Amino acid sequence: MAATRTTSPLTKTLWIVAFVLIALWALFPVVWILSLSLKSPSDIANRQFWPTELSWENYDLILFGGAQELFLPALRNSIGICLIATLVAVVLSTLAAYAIARLDFPGKNVVLYMSLAITVFPVISIVTPLFNLWSTIGLYDTWLGLIIPYLSLTLPISIWTLTSFFKEIPWELEQAAQVDGATAFQAFRKVIVPLAAPGVFTTAIIAFFIAWNDFLYGISLTSTSAARPVPAALSFFTGASQFEEPAGSIAAASIVVTIPVIIIVLLFQRQIVSGLTSGAVKG
Amino acid sequence: MSESTELRGPGGASAQSPGTTRGREKPGRTGTRKRYTSERSRAEAKLGLMLAAPAAIVLLLVTGYPILQAVYQSFFNLRLTDQENSYFNWGANYVTVLSDPLWWQTLGFTLLITVVTVAVELVLGFFFAMVMLNAMKGVRGPIRTIILVPYGIITVVAAFSWKYAFDLGTGFVGTWFGIEGFDWFGNFWSAFAVISLAEIWKTTPFISLLMLAGLAQIPGDMVEAATVDGASWWQRLTRVILPNMKSAIMVALMFRTLEAFRIFDSVFVMTQGANGTATVSSLAYDQTISQLQTGLGSAVSVLLFLCVGLICLLFIKGFRVNLGDSRG
Repeated sequence: MAATRTTSPLTKTLWIVAFVLIALWALFPVVWILSLSLKSPSDIANRQFWPTELSWENYDLILFGGAQELFLPALRNSIGICLIATLVAVVLSTLAAYAIARLDFPGKNVVLYMSLAITVFPVISIVTPLFNLWSTIGLYDTWLGLIIPYLSLTLPISIWTLTSFFKEIPWELEQAAQVDGATAFQAFRKVIVPLAAPGVFTTAIIAFFIAWNDFLYGISLTSTSAARPVPAALSFFTGASQFEEPAGSIAAASIVVTIPVIIIVLLFQRQIVSGLTSGAVKG
Repeated sequence: MSESTELRGPGGASAQSPGTTRGREKPGRTGTRKRYTSERSRAEAKLGLMLAAPAAIVLLLVTGYPILQAVYQSFFNLRLTDQENSYFNWGANYVTVLSDPLWWQTLGFTLLITVVTVAVELVLGFFFAMVMLNAMKGVRGPIRTIILVPYGIITVVAAFSWKYAFDLGTGFVGTWFGIEGFDWFGNFWSAFAVISLAEIWKTTPFISLLMLAGLAQIPGDMVEAATVDGASWWQRLTRVILPNMKSAIMVALMFRTLEAFRIFDSVFVMTQGANGTATVSSLAYDQTISQLQTGLGSAVSVLLFLCVGLICLLFIKGFRVNLGDSRG
């Protein structure tokens, strides 16, 4: 469509206007929370968009000051728990997706459609029984107690996305390499791994985003900084003194956890888009 | 693993692309018996099962087990603080929930916010997709990067941003519109509007990417031909473009509807369910986690689960959404 259209100056201007509008819309809340995080305590409640002067006080508070016990352990928990949940999901789903995409075995569609169905499960329906079980067996408020339920978020989407990636791989190349004299292992390592790696990597990014975004498991299955992840911890923030608005420190913490997201999006925009649309389920 | 290259089953199902799933299950089912008789195909089936089993077992354990446990608990008069005195109460929890106006009120609000946000997201997402498709080469990358920012941001962070934009303590929106004293979260309709806004902002990118994938599949000549034949842009849109991306739209619509129906994070951050903004998920959360009414809360969870299943069924049977098309 795009290739065949002839663009008059007017249409061109209109598309540019539309582009600017979209950029404003998408970035506006991010700029606002950044601006809020850079306000000094006296500015926080002035109800203006921009700070009157830039201040690092909120960052100081969450990274080195009184709120660091709330924020830093949460950051560590979030990073650790989400990375492990992503890693486990990617390893398990690579095996499963390879089998589904390449091998013929009974029940392969069951696995595929089961994972699709699980992506729409209401999290709260899983939380309720886990809350009781975890309290009984001592997994409440532990890393493992979150990693296990996080697999219900990361694993289904990984299976679905990776399967569609693997179905696109020209597997005949592996045979071709063997015909040309490569050993089985060489053919796998030199031909298949490079072809499969981008899909696996993209899947890992998407799975990580979903785990990173979790709030309901985090707030239901933890009670202290031992395992509480950032989204849940944010709702327990207090200001420098108890009577102060925690808005500044929440805003600063929000920016800290948003920076990695923006870096990943900047670096891997193309991969994420292809992963989201070829896996084509949820985000 | 290299061995398996020769281990193609005679059914050849592995060569099928996921895009052609239509009617794939029936031949699969009838052929199952005969398909795994030869030595090779048996070995292949065994390897496949071995590779897929760990993931399948983990999936069942982390989701199947809790759901069944929730169903079981929902039939008991059970408080977490008083577990010895729990007893089977013949579905009385469901009677309690279903006869409570609060359930119907939260269900109504959840449906309202689902319908409104998904409808706006579809229109906005389509517009975004059109812009992305028609954008000049140089801005295509940047615009997709920018549009992915809301997708990647934590929902809770987005909810805080919108909350602080409107709230009485920090919000600039009141100042901008000259209504500084107006408490946006103090009454139902404005709170509903702000929550919807936050949801729409966060999830439109995802819909627009699915729409873009659908749009990109429409052959350019088709639209060109319509233009040559003198179709206006509205006619091109409604007669050529939309009908041709119907399946992409339906899949996006279904997954977003199911996701929107589970809304919890934004409501928790912005209003904690005050002024009639509690959703079904927040009701279940209040019952089980805050009040430790495990039996009642499980009943709410199970009802929510059934609602999600019902919506699925409605889309697949009613609107004939084919999941095989979901690859966009």
